[in-house]
Amino acid sequence: MNTAAAPTLDDHDHGHHAGPSPGLMRWLVTTNHKDIGTLYLLFSLTMFFIGGAFALVIRAELFQPGLQIVNPHFFNQMTTLHALVMVFGAVMPAFVGLANWLLPMMIGAPDMALPRMNNWSFWIMPFAFTLLLSTLFTSGGGPAGGWTLYPPLVLQTGDAFPFVILAVHMLGVSSIMGAINVIATILNLRAPGMTLMKMPLFVWTWLITAFLLIAVMPVLAGAVTMLLTDKYFGTSFFNAGGGGDPVLFQHVFWFFGHPEVYIMILPAFGVISQIIPTFARKPLFGYASMVYATSSIAFLSFIVWAHHMFTVGMPLAGQLFFMYATMLIAVPTGVKVFNWVSTMWRGAMTFETPMLFAIAFVILFTIGGFSGLMLAIAPADFQYQDTYFVVAHFHYVLVPGSVFSLMAAAYYWLPKWTGHMYNEQMGKIHFWLSVVGVNILFFPQHFLGLAGMPRRIPDYALQFTEFNMISTVGAFLFGFSQLLFLYNVIQTIRGGVKATDQVWEGAHGLEWTLPSPPPYHTFTTAPVVK
Amino acid sequence: MEIREAVSAGAANRRLVKRLLLITVAMFGFGFAMVPIYDVLCQITGLNGKTGGRQVAAVLPMAVDEARTVTVEFVANLNVGAPWEFAPQVSHMQVHPGQYYQTHYLARNLTGHALVGQAIPSVAPGLAAQHFQKIECFCFNRQVFQPEERREMPVVFRIDPNLPSDVHTITLSYTFFRLDDAGG
Repeated sequence: MNTAAAPTLDDHDHGHHAGPSPGLMRWLVTTNHKDIGTLYLLFSLTMFFIGGAFALVIRAELFQPGLQIVNPHFFNQMTTLHALVMVFGAVMPAFVGLANWLLPMMIGAPDMALPRMNNWSFWIMPFAFTLLLSTLFTSGGGPAGGWTLYPPLVLQTGDAFPFVILAVHMLGVSSIMGAINVIATILNLRAPGMTLMKMPLFVWTWLITAFLLIAVMPVLAGAVTMLLTDKYFGTSFFNAGGGGDPVLFQHVFWFFGHPEVYIMILPAFGVISQIIPTFARKPLFGYASMVYATSSIAFLSFIVWAHHMFTVGMPLAGQLFFMYATMLIAVPTGVKVFNWVSTMWRGAMTFETPMLFAIAFVILFTIGGFSGLMLAIAPADFQYQDTYFVVAHFHYVLVPGSVFSLMAAAYYWLPKWTGHMYNEQMGKIHFWLSVVGVNILFFPQHFLGLAGMPRRIPDYALQFTEFNMISTVGAFLFGFSQLLFLYNVIQTIRGGVKATDQVWEGAHGLEWTLPSPPPYHTFTTAPVVK
Repeated sequence: MEIREAVSAGAANRRLVKRLLLITVAMFGFGFAMVPIYDVLCQITGLNGKTGGRQVAAVLPMAVDEARTVTVEFVANLNVGAPWEFAPQVSHMQVHPGQYYQTHYLARNLTGHALVGQAIPSVAPGLAAQHFQKIECFCFNRQVFQPEERREMPVVFRIDPNLPSDVHTITLSYTFFRLDDAGG
């Protein structure tokens, strides 16, 4: 191959090889995977702060019993929008941003397989979220029935309702397009010699995640469409008066919802599997078992959904099936955790910021996994259902889980993306404030839940006061320490010590063979992987 | 040669995208297919207390278990915006499994115009639902009310003696829904 024949993908796009278009139009019309990756990451960071602000409203109200700051209806809007923004606006787009930046560079492809669709799938998102957040200003306020959108409660949403449904549809379309793009890129654009079992684990976990996305996002679209027709077109999917059943919605929703939680954690597993070997200076322990474990988790995620609804009334056989199937997930997850620990075992470890976040991920995600196992026990679940124990559980897997992996990824690849080293000292301070803050924030919520404090309630009984105060202090500590991260990222983009191509001594993989920052177009001639 | 590679890569992408879109459309359909699947499963298993319009097909005589007494509680609910007065005649009854019993629900149209309503039954605990047989029930049909009409509506039921022995109380709950204009 020579460079004259390099236009392999987008040969009719004349601006493509001349570099980025000037000015702001660059970002609007770009089909470059690096630009779109940057857009996704910055969008997700913005949403992370908006969703975080909502969370601080919740925690501020819960600092003391009684109603101090907001009224209950607004509180409910905050819990609902916090979840929707964090799930669909912060965590998912952040992983899509990482995929855009890294997949082509990791498999030796010049760009994503479908660059124009890539542009479209990003630019749907700001519109969807403008629509969703604007509902806060409609009469009746934003959605307040919880992010799970259970009928009949959600049907009482005011004028916001159709906007929320449309926003969810748009987010679904965006995710599905992103997922199709990822699958097409990984299956069709690998460099010669890059066999499936040679792919970095981040690529593997994203391939599996993308299949989960195209399998379940349409189911969510179906569920919210049914809600829409129930409210406006007289259908009775979930309306008992017309022969429907509201419990059916829970089945359809969680058929989407459980794979969805793995959509938010599998790419995190991939990130951690890239970072730990780098700083342990050893290859990943048990690569093949990692691939099989990820696939098993993805498969199992389709047959455990009813553990979210043990209390709706289910035959004993159903409860036992969903209980055992759920517990089975601990096996492949355990394989992963032990592999990470074995990778570190007798490694020449150093503790730069990405590694600190990665190690905290392994420990704290495992705590979240254990509380998940407790919730999986059907007879015990009747006690935990809808309490703060559930809140503590899923925040442990999502915040020091998914979000920490995103922080680790940002510190790890930021020197590659920007060409500058971030401020290591500030990174470490950010890490320690975050890890202390997140535990002060979420650990007491286990105790609150076991003592019976219900979730999604703006007021509580007096005996819960101390733990709620501690939790709120942790929330503000964690929330405000993220400003350090923001500052560090901005400073790194603007300048700093020049990063080397390999950046980290122990880093291996195609992306580290490129210059830092990589040129606008990379691997226009495919590398050969031996 | 590289150009040819590019073309074939484009074709491969198109083929793959078509397949993936097919999966997407199929899964969208699957979401809706869950509706009839769920209904059939509930009918077979009596899941979720759904006894719906299930009328006992053949009313076979059953041995009456005089030794056992089960409390049946009656509950009446109105859906939001259903302008009726709706209440059971008695709040509970002591019954023997196998024996027929009759009770009434009372309903009164609170408006000055005709209304159509439908009562939806639910039995708790849910797993006892399949042992609760309604022989005759106002919930089998739509109920038309004249302006201000007050009416007694009968329920004839019996408990299957196969009811698990740990069930001592069964709650029969009706929710009344308005079916005309402002319905449900």
